[in-house]
Amino acid sequence: MSVNMNIPKVDGIGLVTGKPAYTNDLASKDSLIVKVLRSPYAYAKIRNINTLAASKVNGVELILTHKNVPDKVYTRAGQSAPEPSPYDKKILDEYVRYIGDEVAVVAGINEEAVDKAINKIKVDYEVFEPVIDYEKAIGNNVKVHDPDCGTVRFDIGRDASKNIAASYHMEIGDVEEEFKKSDYYYEDVYYTQAQAHLAMEPHTAYAYLDLQDRLNIVTSTQTPFHVRRIIGQTLDMPLSKIRVFKPRIGGGYGGKQFIHGEFFVSLVTLRTKKPCKLVYSRKDVFSASNTRHPMRIKLRIGAMKSGMINSLEMKILSNTGAYGEHSLTVLMVAGSKTLPLYNKVDAVKFSGDVVYTNTTPAGAYRGYGAIQGNFALESAIDEMAKLVNMDPIEFRRINMMKEGETSKIFEVMGEGTEGTAQIIKSCKLEECIDEVKRKINWNELYPRKEIDENTVRSVGLAIAMQGSGIPYVDMGSAILKLNDDGFFNLLVGATDLGTGSDTVLAQIAAEVLEIDTSKIIVYSSDTDLTPYDVGAYASSTTYVSGNSVYLTAKKMVEIMKDRAKTILETEEVQYSKGVFKSKDKEITLADFSNEMYYGEDMKQLVASESYYGVKSPPPYMACACEVEINKNTGKLKVLRCVASVDCGVTLNPNLARIQVEGALVQGLGMTLFEHADRSEKGTLYNNTFLTYGAPTKMEIGKLDVSFVESYEPSGPFGSKSVGEIGIDTPPAVISNAIKNALGVRMKELPITPEKIWEAINNK
Amino acid sequence: MIPIVLNVNDVNYEIMVNPGEMLLDTLRKIGFTSVKKSCDTGACGICSVLVDGKVIPSCSYFTMKIQNKKVITIDGVEEKAREIGQFLLDEGVDQCGFCTPGLIMSIIAMENELNEFTEKNIKHYLVGNICRCSGYEGQIRAIKNYLEVS
Repeated sequence: MSVNMNIPKVDGIGLVTGKPAYTNDLASKDSLIVKVLRSPYAYAKIRNINTLAASKVNGVELILTHKNVPDKVYTRAGQSAPEPSPYDKKILDEYVRYIGDEVAVVAGINEEAVDKAINKIKVDYEVFEPVIDYEKAIGNNVKVHDPDCGTVRFDIGRDASKNIAASYHMEIGDVEEEFKKSDYYYEDVYYTQAQAHLAMEPHTAYAYLDLQDRLNIVTSTQTPFHVRRIIGQTLDMPLSKIRVFKPRIGGGYGGKQFIHGEFFVSLVTLRTKKPCKLVYSRKDVFSASNTRHPMRIKLRIGAMKSGMINSLEMKILSNTGAYGEHSLTVLMVAGSKTLPLYNKVDAVKFSGDVVYTNTTPAGAYRGYGAIQGNFALESAIDEMAKLVNMDPIEFRRINMMKEGETSKIFEVMGEGTEGTAQIIKSCKLEECIDEVKRKINWNELYPRKEIDENTVRSVGLAIAMQGSGIPYVDMGSAILKLNDDGFFNLLVGATDLGTGSDTVLAQIAAEVLEIDTSKIIVYSSDTDLTPYDVGAYASSTTYVSGNSVYLTAKKMVEIMKDRAKTILETEEVQYSKGVFKSKDKEITLADFSNEMYYGEDMKQLVASESYYGVKSPPPYMACACEVEINKNTGKLKVLRCVASVDCGVTLNPNLARIQVEGALVQGLGMTLFEHADRSEKGTLYNNTFLTYGAPTKMEIGKLDVSFVESYEPSGPFGSKSVGEIGIDTPPAVISNAIKNALGVRMKELPITPEKIWEAINNK
Repeated sequence: MIPIVLNVNDVNYEIMVNPGEMLLDTLRKIGFTSVKKSCDTGACGICSVLVDGKVIPSCSYFTMKIQNKKVITIDGVEEKAREIGQFLLDEGVDQCGFCTPGLIMSIIAMENELNEFTEKNIKHYLVGNICRCSGYEGQIRAIKNYLEVS
């Protein structure tokens, strides 16, 4: 009735016609303007900061420096407590650790006053030599953090004296022993870069005091409940004094699973008692928000003559930049959401260190490590297929995960903690591969087709997996309220980032309640008015929040049926499609609801349930691209990108398809163009749209996304997640296609024409 | 501050502006929050409005240059915006929605400016409207459906 249908997004028409929806649109007109003075140095100590002249500028109301804010460490990562990220950040610090780090905050009545004041702040810096190259961070004389400062909630392998923010190690079996038995062996090192999220809405936060003197924060966040906890905990405020509300947000992709301006607007409003807002400039978004973790990934793989992989090892060095948000978990996901794909190995090892450098902090970013790990693993799989002389698709087929199987890795590796064992109940990877192989015309195009002397076309393929929420960590909940006239309010803590989760959650409720989706009015992401949810991350909303809505709606049906017994004067009531029936009587949902409000035995009917995962069923996909390469220039064109995805039952096929299409282009952007690159001094080269190089409509050829339906028994109506998986495959797909075309292996992202040209000419 | 008369959606606004003020900031200041701020450099298309029928990035256009010209924001073409918007909704491609008002203004300008609509010239005309959610493919499907081209 509602599920598996292309219901348009419930908020769509308001958004496309430009109605006030986002934080900056909702901020009151009399808000003080808040701006941040940022460090021009990659690493320095503030010897002295003089704000006297600045504070005398007309219209300036407050200036914050490290001298007048709470001196306390915390983590900006929007994660459940206890966070697996180190507490290594202060609201404002006397040390600045990257170009863009916060030095002072100015609030004033308009932009002109604030800009003028910022220019008048005099800072005396003691400038230090920075650590920019992350491969030189461990054991460097320069320590990004004082080893005596910073804390952890539990052991994450942090050792600030070595510039290590987190580290991890696990081994199942004995990989060295197994490599000795391997008939074929391959190892190589792959590099991935810092990628900017590029959410079109810059980070924005707005705060005001309500009539009860409570701090209200309206913010473009993916995790309103975590924001409330982190702000309260760090400012020593009872959480009852804080309300956080996420209105519509202009894209997140992980970048808003992070505290940005929330502390500054909170402090300004608490001290001035006035509303205020902080809107990041685009330059600040690039240089002073966060990026994807750059990684160096060493991949070792051994296989037998039979073509079976017997041993696998992934060893990572990851760069978290100046602060350690998401450092351990992104590292672990690079292994835990890739290595189980090849579950027939006799031994598998994963280890890595995440290092501090004086660069823009890294954080959560769609894929969350899996795209980095996938690039190395799926490139190495193609290399090994060549060594054992098998078609790369057939090689994958005999080695990969299948329905009904498991991987020991699920049990060993979680996100920051131990994992959770699971048997895979839904996996249509083989069908995904078949479909992609057919659609890309693999048999005709593999490995390459010479078009003319200078032009070659080829295909490359890769497979991927992700997860659906974090078991025993992520919790979602929902409340359903029945109104007169027979419609419901659905209150969810879940955070719609534009993905359409409000709509999908309404569809789940409508399906259970057997009514039209338009009868479900969704309100989400408000810490005062909606029940708890971890927020939108870890591919959890459809699966975790969706299950909570499913359970809530089931409960509502039972509550209503129980009441209907009295009204229909019977012991046995059936409910179907908005009508309650006994043997001889019936009442419609609308009449029943009116009876609840205005009848004899009045009652407000409310149902609520919550859900946490006890496993994390992976969605799977196969992806292939056809590329055309000019051998003279190294220019590569993606002609077609074909993807087939198993995300269980697609609850809203249109929205699921756009999730995958959007993720593919973000992934292709990372593969081919995007790089938040910096100088040896730590200056970001490309901090505008003009210089960064995100894909436009012109760069990518035809996308062709389809779904192979499986049924995940633990998901609401058989569904699994779909938000992240689409981003994982492009780097390996393109690298494999280039190898098939030219015989050279590209091991460093982004794969630019210059690098391809160099590889051709240095072959 | 300099007094000017700004004509937005056929209504005259008598306002004071700074000489260096950008049209985007002026429009938001007088209540047109439908015009969103994103890249600050005229490179993403999000703040697109029509000035005398031509689409321009309002973040990079001095308000002072607008005297005696007519500005149209998406609020001034509500009906048309709903019509085009519905095609985007039907593909599920509205997503976060932040770039969509600007895209719709560009589509309206494109309809006025181009004589022929092929996938190639649609993409070429709309190349300056960046979207990070959709991957563009669904936008092109929706726009082709709206323009009734195959």
